[in-house]
Amino acid sequence: MAKTEKVYIYKLYERFWHWTQAFLIFFLALTGFEVHGSFTFFGFENAVDLHNKAAWAFIILTIFTIFWHFTTGEWKQYMPTTENLRAQAEYYVFGIFRNAPHPTRKTVLSKLNPLQRLVYLSLKILVFPVMIASGLAYMFYRYPSQGEIKELGVSSLEAVAYAHTIGAYFLMAFVIVHLYLITTGHTVTSNLKAMVTGWEELETEEGEIPESKTAGEPVGEKLDKPGEQPDPDPEKI
Amino acid sequence: MKNTVTFILSVVVPLIIITVVLRDAKQENPLLAELKEEYSQPHIPSVDHSKHEALQRDFDNPHEITATCISCHTERGEEMLNSFHFTWEREDFIEGRGVTYLGKKNLLNNFCTGIFSNESTCNRCHAGFGWEDMDFDFTNQYNVDCLVCHDNTGTYEKLKGGAGYPEPNQDFQTIVQNVGRPTKTNCGYCHFHGGGGNNVKHGDLEEALLTASRQVDVHMGVDGGNMDCVDCHTATNHVMKGRYYGVSSSNTRRATCEDCHTSTPHMESMLNTHVPKIACQTCHIPEYAKVNATKMYWDWSTAGDLEDGKAFELYDSLGNPIYQSIKGDATWQSNVEPEYMWFNGTADHFLLSDKVDTTAAFLPINTLFGSATDPESRIIPAKVHRGRQPYDPVYLSILQAKLWDREAGKGALWLDLDWERALEEGMKYLDRPYSGQWDFVDTEMYLPVNHMVSPASEALTCEDCHSRNDSRMQFVEGAYIPGKTTYAAIDTIGVLLIILSVMGVITHAIIRYISYRKINHSSNA
Repeated sequence: MAKTEKVYIYKLYERFWHWTQAFLIFFLALTGFEVHGSFTFFGFENAVDLHNKAAWAFIILTIFTIFWHFTTGEWKQYMPTTENLRAQAEYYVFGIFRNAPHPTRKTVLSKLNPLQRLVYLSLKILVFPVMIASGLAYMFYRYPSQGEIKELGVSSLEAVAYAHTIGAYFLMAFVIVHLYLITTGHTVTSNLKAMVTGWEELETEEGEIPESKTAGEPVGEKLDKPGEQPDPDPEKI
Repeated sequence: MKNTVTFILSVVVPLIIITVVLRDAKQENPLLAELKEEYSQPHIPSVDHSKHEALQRDFDNPHEITATCISCHTERGEEMLNSFHFTWEREDFIEGRGVTYLGKKNLLNNFCTGIFSNESTCNRCHAGFGWEDMDFDFTNQYNVDCLVCHDNTGTYEKLKGGAGYPEPNQDFQTIVQNVGRPTKTNCGYCHFHGGGGNNVKHGDLEEALLTASRQVDVHMGVDGGNMDCVDCHTATNHVMKGRYYGVSSSNTRRATCEDCHTSTPHMESMLNTHVPKIACQTCHIPEYAKVNATKMYWDWSTAGDLEDGKAFELYDSLGNPIYQSIKGDATWQSNVEPEYMWFNGTADHFLLSDKVDTTAAFLPINTLFGSATDPESRIIPAKVHRGRQPYDPVYLSILQAKLWDREAGKGALWLDLDWERALEEGMKYLDRPYSGQWDFVDTEMYLPVNHMVSPASEALTCEDCHSRNDSRMQFVEGAYIPGKTTYAAIDTIGVLLIILSVMGVITHAIIRYISYRKINHSSNA
């Protein structure tokens, strides 16, 4: 039987980033799909205005977060791995129903399972860049300059808008699945609690020393040493 | 829990505050105040014509009045011979036709159809005297009518059926002593009455503009700018700025909103970015014919019916003639929502020598060129006047009927109500081939709407165009309009993706719940 240990896993900036981003994605979807004509809530003019402002907030947040990722070395968390990928997929399809243990053990140094790594990495290098680039093109394909309106040279707003819309639908699908997977932690609410408080009850093997024993102790700098990650497969231990 | 609340508040509240603070307050462009100041200055004439010796007399010959004007304004007569108000034709280049000489002089329309053989009545609105047939002398400066444009008493009257000559026995002495810059009354004398009555033709130009409020027209409204036509339609050597595309073809010498308001007139750049593709008029003239109705449909084919052997007329509740034996059926409308189309400022016209395409749904009397992909094109509001008018099914040409004469029995439709004879006389006058057979063809004419600009507070709102249903742009092709345009495949696949995600998640949750209960049950047992 696995023991659990309270571990400080999500740092303050990380949680700030996560929740601000969550709020912005929700808000961008709400205003964005109104601009798309899917429903009426704020009114078109307000929706456009709010969407543009939320977009700037998102871009600023993204810039800060990229900085954070590189200065803390957290970017390594997102390096894709094929190890355990299949096991993780099988867990969601079969194991979870048999109350089998998580195939990947969550630790401070490796908080993402191989599926998460893949999905989040593709968000970061594919979906977000497409959304930000198409969003900026949408905003600036015509812009005022020195008393006249200039064109950015985007040949067709149509293509830009379609890319942006497709991205938005993917993000919506992601959010739905993501919200559900929150409940698949150690207990139904442990993942949510962790992202709010930073602390999570993690399974540990008997005799193992958890990464962090003391509440609030910063652990980030340890991440700068690759190869220190514990073997993620509990079966091998 | 407390931590959670504090945390969420510290994220959400600043965002809300930032959003509210960043919200722009609506401001008025300071340029507007400058323009109001500039155009509220009264026009002070440099000359008091009542002091001129040459004008201390009465006149009975209109040509003599013109000669007297020219005796001081020595070059203006020759100048007028080149003015479109006198020539009624322009040299233009039309794509596909080359250089053309077209104008009211020789073009068709789908109102009274054309001036040929009807000059004496139509040309009451010619700035000249005596154009009653093809022999009119366009080179004689004494044939120019100065007074119709320059009478400032508002009393000068041209004779009905008088080929441009004034009614005799007017107080010409008072009139000539009170000439000056043209007022709305001068321009309106003809331009309000195109098509044979107030507001028949244009829909945005009518008598009500003489007394209208700024709600009807911010520029001309008496409590608005109270501006004159010539404030915008300025002239150099009697050549006016402004184009009416029922008779014009080229994108030159247009009177534009940008002349005063610049191409970035809004304080909000989001609105300014519309300017390259959306004409100002599109948003700022949400409707036309705001006071009196305008004619929207004119069916000549029903003309000629009699009641008790006599011509008769039927009126709608507002007093607009919906049937006249002499003109046929008509539809009138007020507060009309314009139709919207791409327009780059150039147009083509259906000529008497052109062939009618009987397979088409309708025949365009004029064609406004433009498309979404043409960088010169913008979306404009237009009045579309639909009609049915006679054509020759054998020679496939539009027919010109003789409508008017001084006396009955000479084949004029409006007097004799005989189509056969009227068409025969009209085509004989034109000296064009006519098979003797006639039928009616559906026609459309496109009249860009430029006047009756509403106050900014009544301009279209975003939702008027940016909405899935009832968008004003619903028939405008080729533009991606956010909130209106959708690509069905993307939305279908997108919504399907969301539904599949939701269903997948729910199914997974249910199986998880059931298996969880099973496991618990068995372990408890």
